[in-house]
Amino acid sequence: MSENVFITEETIEGADDGPLVGKSVAVKDNISTEGVRTTCGSRMLEEYVPPYDATAVSRLKEAGATIVGKANMDEFGMGSTTETSHFGATENPAAPGRVPGGSSGGSAAAVAAGEADLALGSDTGGSIRCPAAFCGVVGIKPTYGLVSRYGLVAYGNSLEQIGPFANSVEDAAALLDVVAGSDERDATTREPQLEGASYADAATGDVDGLTIGVPTELLEGADEGVVETFWDAIADLEAQGAEYREVSLPSVDHAVEAYYVIAMSEASSNLARFDGVRYGHDVESGGNWNETFSQARKEGFGDEVKRRILLGTYALSAGYHDKYYKKAQDARAWVKQDFDEALEEADVLASPTMPVPPFERGESLEDPLQMYLADANTVPVNLADLPAISVPAGETDGLPVGLQLVGPAFGEERLIRTASALE
Amino acid sequence: MTDDAVSAEEVRHVAELARVDLTDEEVDQFTRQFADVLEYFDSLDEVPEVDREADLTNVMRPDEERDSLDRAEALRNAPETEDGYFKGPNVS
Repeated sequence: MSENVFITEETIEGADDGPLVGKSVAVKDNISTEGVRTTCGSRMLEEYVPPYDATAVSRLKEAGATIVGKANMDEFGMGSTTETSHFGATENPAAPGRVPGGSSGGSAAAVAAGEADLALGSDTGGSIRCPAAFCGVVGIKPTYGLVSRYGLVAYGNSLEQIGPFANSVEDAAALLDVVAGSDERDATTREPQLEGASYADAATGDVDGLTIGVPTELLEGADEGVVETFWDAIADLEAQGAEYREVSLPSVDHAVEAYYVIAMSEASSNLARFDGVRYGHDVESGGNWNETFSQARKEGFGDEVKRRILLGTYALSAGYHDKYYKKAQDARAWVKQDFDEALEEADVLASPTMPVPPFERGESLEDPLQMYLADANTVPVNLADLPAISVPAGETDGLPVGLQLVGPAFGEERLIRTASALE
Repeated sequence: MTDDAVSAEEVRHVAELARVDLTDEEVDQFTRQFADVLEYFDSLDEVPEVDREADLTNVMRPDEERDSLDRAEALRNAPETEDGYFKGPNVS
């Protein structure tokens, strides 16, 4: 496995019949698999074996899929390169020497390298769309509430969704058909409201009469070659009967800081559970309760995870809560409003998924702020709880470029229809 | 660095609140990086107050007894257990 796609290679057979019989699926290693270790890319959970399946995994098995391994990822989903994994970086099969994106880099790379037909990832601020774009595959971040998060190890639970990767829009949609829908174990879920028979059926490529809004703010500062590839793809959609117009999302200038304040705050709370007592990395410190926990967390967590836990703790601490957390929630509401208004003027919104081509390995690790800023086009969608898809748009200097489409809540079919016109 | 930039003292304090032991090198590194990140977060000051119109419905289920995770299964990942319980470090 030259690309280091999997943390654990293990075959889990699904049911004898179902829509995914004969399909191999890679599952991101923060999605619980009964009896198969689930590490979240962390030393903290190096030996953790879940006693139950995530709902998404149960649904894969019932649909007849064969799970072929647990895919590598940035530690606890915190990163955009899959380099923060305790189990080493993953290679980008579509761009050697470059990162596969993150945090679901192993999932995207598994599909790009042909190690699996399909994959599941999770997307808190772009963690499905970024690696899909960097590895030249399709990735869908569903509307918040469409896919159950039961059994997904929580990072930023008001933001994240499990979603599919595939080599084609139709295959990704077919995997969404399997995992979508309400689950009594995740009270935020609801049933899809389909116009057609299934998400896969929406992959018709029919964009005649469709209005595509292009938010000008999401092109500012993007790499020239990426922007050129993006406009070529829009021209392709125009040639098929779509029209485009510019729209504005003034709030997105504050989306990255709002996203990181909210995600880090939620992370500081969610990751408080890792103390090495019920599960996880344990230490023989001989000290008291607090000393032992602090030691277990020092050894179990990597740099980026510590950074986010500490910044989140800071943002929620007395005297700073109103300045950071409350303002971030205002920004989130503003971003939602902006998207609602833009989606009244256009059927879908389009932008480059990532403003840059895949980074070279090691490039972004020393400067966390620069890595956060690369998420400018993906994080607003999570703040607004909306669905989005990243579809290959072409290449710049031989490197994959992804196009992101954003639609109204539970409007996945429209995104699938539009994205399939680019194949 | 501005006057508002985070101090090494504050980084140690937050680390203590979060129960994460840090090395001196980590304190230095985080103090530097947090100054950059927090300075960037300061632009949230420019965000106006926005009304939040959440259209939410509570999801309830009947409060009925049902099976939960088996005790042995729940304890399987614990490094130390005693008489069917998790065993933690000394409280003081």
